Amino acid sequence: MKGVLMQKKRLVLNYPPHIVEQPVISKLVKDFDLTVNILRARITPKEEGRLVLEITGKRQALEAGISYVKEIGVEIQPLAQDVKWHEDRCTHCTACISICPPKALDVDRKTMEVSFNRDKCIACELCIPVCPYQAMEILF
Amino acid sequence: MAKTIEEINEKIKKGKAVVLTAEEIIDYAAEKGVRKAAQEVDVVTTGTFGPMCSSGAYFNVGHTKPRIKLGGGKIYLNDVPVYAGFAAVDFFLGATAMPEDDPRNKIFPGKFSYGGAYILEELVAGKDVRLTATAYGTDCYPRKSLETYISLKEMNEAVLFDMRNAYQNYNVAVNLSDRVIYTYMGVLQPKLGNANYCSAGQLSPLMNDPLYKTIGVGTRIFLGGGIGYVVGNGTQHNPNVPRTEGGVPKTSAGTLSVTGDLKTMSAKWLRGTSFTGYGVTLTVGIGVPIPILDEEILKYTMVRDQEIWAQVVDYSEAYPQFIPGSLGEVNYGQLKSGKITVKGKEIPTAGLSSYLKAREVAQVLKEWIEKGKFILTIPVESIPSVDSGVVFKPLKERPVKKK
Repeated sequence: MKGVLMQKKRLVLNYPPHIVEQPVISKLVKDFDLTVNILRARITPKEEGRLVLEITGKRQALEAGISYVKEIGVEIQPLAQDVKWHEDRCTHCTACISICPPKALDVDRKTMEVSFNRDKCIACELCIPVCPYQAMEILF
Repeated sequence: MAKTIEEINEKIKKGKAVVLTAEEIIDYAAEKGVRKAAQEVDVVTTGTFGPMCSSGAYFNVGHTKPRIKLGGGKIYLNDVPVYAGFAAVDFFLGATAMPEDDPRNKIFPGKFSYGGAYILEELVAGKDVRLTATAYGTDCYPRKSLETYISLKEMNEAVLFDMRNAYQNYNVAVNLSDRVIYTYMGVLQPKLGNANYCSAGQLSPLMNDPLYKTIGVGTRIFLGGGIGYVVGNGTQHNPNVPRTEGGVPKTSAGTLSVTGDLKTMSAKWLRGTSFTGYGVTLTVGIGVPIPILDEEILKYTMVRDQEIWAQVVDYSEAYPQFIPGSLGEVNYGQLKSGKITVKGKEIPTAGLSSYLKAREVAQVLKEWIEKGKFILTIPVESIPSVDSGVVFKPLKERPVKKK
C-alpha cells in the first residue's frame, strides 16, 4: 500500500431490517481491502440497523465498497450531516471541551472561543447531556 | 490625584472619558505605571456571563374585564407555575420553576429542558407566552379563570429581580466517587475525571472591586443587555473569607442583588439553561463599571487570573454532606489552561461561565460609556465588607414538637 494515496471517510449506514443479518462489514474488509473502524452501532426496535463507520482504503476500493453497500439497499451518508453545532445557541462556556474524546469541540485558549470541527466528530453524544444550552444536536 | 464620580461623568457626557475593560487595564497599567494609569483611565468595565439560579422577574399584566384576582389563585406561564401571593395582577416568575408535569429526576438524569428561565428568554425575544390562571372569585374580582397569550410589550411592568447574582469567586467542582454525578456544576466524571469552574476570573465584577469600595446600592450596571441597578448585596453575601494580599477572596464570597427593566434587555444576554440531572437556570450577562477614583481602586482592577485562587471541592461527598474542606487551591490561569493537578493527578478543566461572552459584556459597556450613553452613579449605601461582621450561617434545624 506504500505510496498509494489512502482516503478516510466517516459514514452513517442505515440498514433496512432484511439486511441486518448480512455480513456487510466483513465483505468490506475482505473483498474491498478496507480498514473499518466501527464508531457506533445500534439496532432499533423496528430492527433497522444504524452504523457509524470510519472507513480507510484506496480511493477506488473505497468507492467500490460504498457502491456495493448502496446496491444491497443500505442508505449511506456522510456523518457530518447528522451532527449539528448550533453556533447561535453556543455561549462558549467550554463545558463540552473536557468531555469530547476526539477534540472535535475545542477552545482557542487565547480568545476562549469554542469551535466545532465536524470532521473529527465520532457522534459519541457525550456532549449532549453536558451542554447546558442544547447547542449540540445529533440526529440518531 | 484623586477623581470624583461627578468629574468622571462630566468627561463621559463630553465623550472624553478613557474607558478600558478589566482585561485591557492589566497590560495598560503595567506599561504606564499605576500612577499615570490612575490619572489617565476614568472607568474600567467588568463583565460576566454565567448561570445564576436566584434570578427571576415580576410582572404586572394589567386588569381583565370583568376583573380577576390572580393573587391567591394559581397562575402559569407556558405551564410553568409562577408565585401568586401578591395583589390582583402582579406575580413573580422564578428562573428555576418548571412545569408541574416535568418528570424531574424520575428518569435519571432528568433533562430539565424547560422552565422559568426559558420563559424569560422568550419574553425578551418578543415572543408570546400563554398565561393561564384560576382564581377563587370575590365581589370586586368576580372572574375565576383566564387563558390568553401575552407578550412583554403588552405588560405594564416587567422587571428582572435577581436576589443573588455575580458570585465573587466559586468552587472548582470534582468527583471523587466511582460513578458519574450530575450537579449544578455540570456533569462530573468519576475518580477526578474532570474539573468544572464557574467565574470570569479577571473580568468578573466583584473580583475587580474585591472589598466593595465602589460597587454599592444603586450602582448602574449592564444587566441582561439592558440597564440595571445593584439593589444591594445578594443573598449568601459572605465577605469574611480568606483573601489574598490583594484582597481577592480565595473562595466564594460576595454576591449582588440586581434589578432592571426586562423591556430593555435581550435574549442574547438572558439565556434559558439546563443542567442535566440538576435543573433549569438562567444565564445572565452582567457588567459593572468601576470608576478609577484613585491608585488603590486602579490596583484592584489590575488583578489577573494567575492571582485569583479557587478551592477544589468534591461534589460526590463533601459538598452534598456539607463537609467543609478543600482538595487544594488552583488559580484561574491554571483553570483556563485546560489542565489542573489535584491529588497528584492531572485532570482536564472546563468552564460554565463564558469568558468570551464576559469579554463582550465588558466591551459593550465600555462602548456605551465612551459614547456617553451610560452615566455612572454614586452608590447611596455600601455593601457589607470585611469589617461588617456578616456571618454566613447554615440552617440550624430544631426538632418540631409533636402535640
